[in-house]
Amino acid sequence: MNVVATSHSLPPAEPEWVHEGSFHILEQLSKPVHRNLEPVGPHYLAHARRKRHHRTFSEDDRIVAAQQAKNVEDADSGEISEPEDPLLLQRDPKDWKNQDHYAVLGLSKYRWKATDEQIKKAHRRKVLKHHPDKKAAAGGVDDDNFFKCIQKAMEILTDPIKRRQYDSVDESADIDPPSRKSKANIYKLWNPVFDSEARFSKKKPVPRFGDDKSTKVEVEEFYNFWYNFDSWRTFEYLDEDVPDDNENRDQKRHVERKNKAARAKRKTEDTARLRKAVDDALAMDVRLQKFRKEERLQKDAKKIAREAEEKRLADEAKKKAEDEAKRKEEEETALKASKADAKKAKEAAKNAAKKNKRVLRKGAEDANYFHGEGSAPSDVITNVLADVELLITKLDNEELDSLAKRLAGLKVGEEIKAVLVDGVHSIVSKGSSKDGDFKVLK
Amino acid sequence: MSDTEEPQQKTVIGISYGNSNSSIAFTGPDGKAEVFANEEGDRQIPSVLSYVGDEEYHGAQAKSHLVRNPKTTIAYFRDFLGKSFADIDPTNAHASAHPIQHDSGVAFSVEEKAESGLSTLTVSEITTRHLRRLQESAADFMGKPIDGCVITVPTDFSESQRKLLVEASKAGGLEVLQIINEPVAALLAYAAREETSHPADKTILVVDIGGTRTDAAVVASRGGMYTLLATQHDYELGGRQFDDALIDHFSKEFIKKHKTDPRSNERSLAKLRLECENTKKTLSLSTSSQISVESLADGIDFSSSVNRLRFDMLTKKSVDQIVALVESVVKKAELDLMDINEVILAGGSSHTPKIASRINQIFPASTVVQAPSTMPTALNPAELCARGAAIQASLIAEFEAEDIEQSTHPAVTVTPHLAKSLGVVIAAPEGDAGKAEDKVYVFLESETAVPARRTATFVGSKTGGDILIKIVEAKRESVDVTPPKEEKVNGVDDEDEDDDDDDDEEDIKIFKRVTEVERVLAEALLKDVKKGAKIEVMLNVAGDLTLTLTARVVGSQGGVRGTIPGSAL
Repeated sequence: MNVVATSHSLPPAEPEWVHEGSFHILEQLSKPVHRNLEPVGPHYLAHARRKRHHRTFSEDDRIVAAQQAKNVEDADSGEISEPEDPLLLQRDPKDWKNQDHYAVLGLSKYRWKATDEQIKKAHRRKVLKHHPDKKAAAGGVDDDNFFKCIQKAMEILTDPIKRRQYDSVDESADIDPPSRKSKANIYKLWNPVFDSEARFSKKKPVPRFGDDKSTKVEVEEFYNFWYNFDSWRTFEYLDEDVPDDNENRDQKRHVERKNKAARAKRKTEDTARLRKAVDDALAMDVRLQKFRKEERLQKDAKKIAREAEEKRLADEAKKKAEDEAKRKEEEETALKASKADAKKAKEAAKNAAKKNKRVLRKGAEDANYFHGEGSAPSDVITNVLADVELLITKLDNEELDSLAKRLAGLKVGEEIKAVLVDGVHSIVSKGSSKDGDFKVLK
Repeated sequence: MSDTEEPQQKTVIGISYGNSNSSIAFTGPDGKAEVFANEEGDRQIPSVLSYVGDEEYHGAQAKSHLVRNPKTTIAYFRDFLGKSFADIDPTNAHASAHPIQHDSGVAFSVEEKAESGLSTLTVSEITTRHLRRLQESAADFMGKPIDGCVITVPTDFSESQRKLLVEASKAGGLEVLQIINEPVAALLAYAAREETSHPADKTILVVDIGGTRTDAAVVASRGGMYTLLATQHDYELGGRQFDDALIDHFSKEFIKKHKTDPRSNERSLAKLRLECENTKKTLSLSTSSQISVESLADGIDFSSSVNRLRFDMLTKKSVDQIVALVESVVKKAELDLMDINEVILAGGSSHTPKIASRINQIFPASTVVQAPSTMPTALNPAELCARGAAIQASLIAEFEAEDIEQSTHPAVTVTPHLAKSLGVVIAAPEGDAGKAEDKVYVFLESETAVPARRTATFVGSKTGGDILIKIVEAKRESVDVTPPKEEKVNGVDDEDEDDDDDDDEEDIKIFKRVTEVERVLAEALLKDVKKGAKIEVMLNVAGDLTLTLTARVVGSQGGVRGTIPGSAL
């Protein structure tokens, strides 16, 4: 609440206070004016909140303060909630190499996952609690050992290089791979292992072990990644202390060499350890067997499908051949029959033609070769016969037939001649002969 | 990936939707409001849309089309929103697309696409398009989509106009969280600058001098809550009148030289208007300005210059009108000019130094005039509304729509306000029995919305003993405090540049407002106060006007407590 400090003073009371009690009412407040507040600004929003929830000033202040306190708590909870191990509090700050820096700051459940912000906050809280001045003020002994531990932990965790070195050897964050014989759910066993190992990866994101729903591609990518794992893990943190240069140079170099060798050795061991873990995981991974089985089934299915297809094709070919043969046979028989028919018809036509020719020749003869009375001279006969023969050769079977029919029964020479001349006209008009070819029949 | 993270903060902006110019602002993570520029780098984005060929132009680009394509350029359309054709004043749209009658009110008829024939665009549709363009600019600037906005409108915008604006904005895909009044937004922009969480009670005059109109409002700021006491509008007074003065001036000059009136040709006039506007803006910053217009009329180039003095003379009439408007609005609020603690000049035309200095003159020296030329720390007056809107937007960004609706409901906003100031009588200063001193320390100024409470501490008496606390309703009265003749008069400006003020009144009297007791409500006795002890007094007025007094000596238990039961409302 805001209190305005004025420079005014209040008047003294007259000596004779005649009223009962110490508060005396004379009049009421003037009637208020109803006006519209502009619904704008933080103070109006506070007013609206009070009015809507029917709170008084003090109630609202209390509720808002409580809410704010809760928000602050929510934001900070989890970092300081860890109880402090009394053994930890008695640590010797000189032994900082073996100190669990995360535990000192109360971040042991976050470890390498702790953000810089979290580390800063946790440090501030620990310092507030363990500052030597505070302890001295509280009448405690002048013991700043744990405070030194806190400062050391802060120094290491806020320096990115030092923090990596510490994280590299922070075994508390490691999760041991399960033994090959364990029968439990492999995904539950292996996922945390690889999740924790993933912190050393230079490449991000790191593929996860996954579950039984992972696809073959994902699983293959996983093993591919982990067999080619690129780790930033270093082991400098475990180095022996290098003695000062001015003490003994040889000794210093010896220690340095030893450290280097030890680092290399540890790195190799670490690579081998990881390799073995991946091998184990691979051996236990039922998904691979499943994929293989699925593949085999797929292959088999393909084979069966292919065979079925082949069989179908063969059947089809066979049926086609049979159909072909049958059709051919039928065709042949039909052809033979038609040939015989044609022969017969041909012969019949031939006979008919012969007969018709005879009718024509006979007609000419009956008409006495169109020579009127008496026997016709031989050249007339020859001419008429030649004409008739020509006519016969030029006419086809049907015309011959119709001509012969017209001639049948005719005895009169003129009529016969007319019929024959008709025949000649018809062939001339058809163009198969010329007028001049015929000497008599025109 | 980001979906799995905790809900992102909403991106909300403030929009000042003006008849001439609009601007957009957002509140940064540090709580400071910032007006941002659109793609063309303008912070004041002209509220103009132009359709040329197949293109839609917006802002400054569209404004430049006023010269060449006035028939397809739509400007000054805000005030037409939600009005019937009979009610609008189309004067301002004379040199742009003309408003036409439409079923839904007012519309414009323009060719949107080349060769596609005329299409009718209602004012709502134009508003939608304009707001959509503003939203796009904002989204471009922020790099993320805009979730909502607060828009400012003049105080005389009716409920239906506000509703139409919300609908128009929604049609463009922009959610409106709240529509707020321009003067209050301007106030909020200044209020947000103050560090204190308990702002002092002030009575503030907001003068918004826009492009085409001027609005004045008296606002009571009580404990950070604002109540409009009076508003006054002048629809024929604004930056345009200042442009017109310059146009007339230069036209006369041009006629003298070339015997042609550039005002007789629409295109020449449009050209001259654009340039005069720039000249006017330059004159706000420097004392003289050049103008040059290529091929102004009859192919003759025009170039001239004008200084601020000449400009002030040309615009004297308009400035007088503004001053008159200010005086009338204060009168309408039934206040005295001396009761105004602060004057805020808003709107682009407030850059004009003469306006600020003239307004400064009519108010006592104690009144702060927030304008660039009188106050170096003043905010850009053209940006005030957008900033205020952005601040309001950030305050209610996380609210549910229902919460906002409830909080802005008349049931919550309509509140009883104190008719009289409430305070306690203070001891008269020793020695000087000056009548020109406050008799009452005011806890709660009149026009304070209840419930309200204030606390103050008083210096204890030198002698000790019983203390009387008199709760009174106070009034302010003007007391003549004119010093004896020879003393320098400080309330009045020394030597005006233009000597046209009638200085007939030689005896200029200086008045001071002092608080006087009007009615004593109650008395309380605080017994046996030690010498020099501080006394804390709290006055609490509940929603039903029940007044509670609590007084105690700081650092001790007990004290006195009394209640005046509230009258029925």
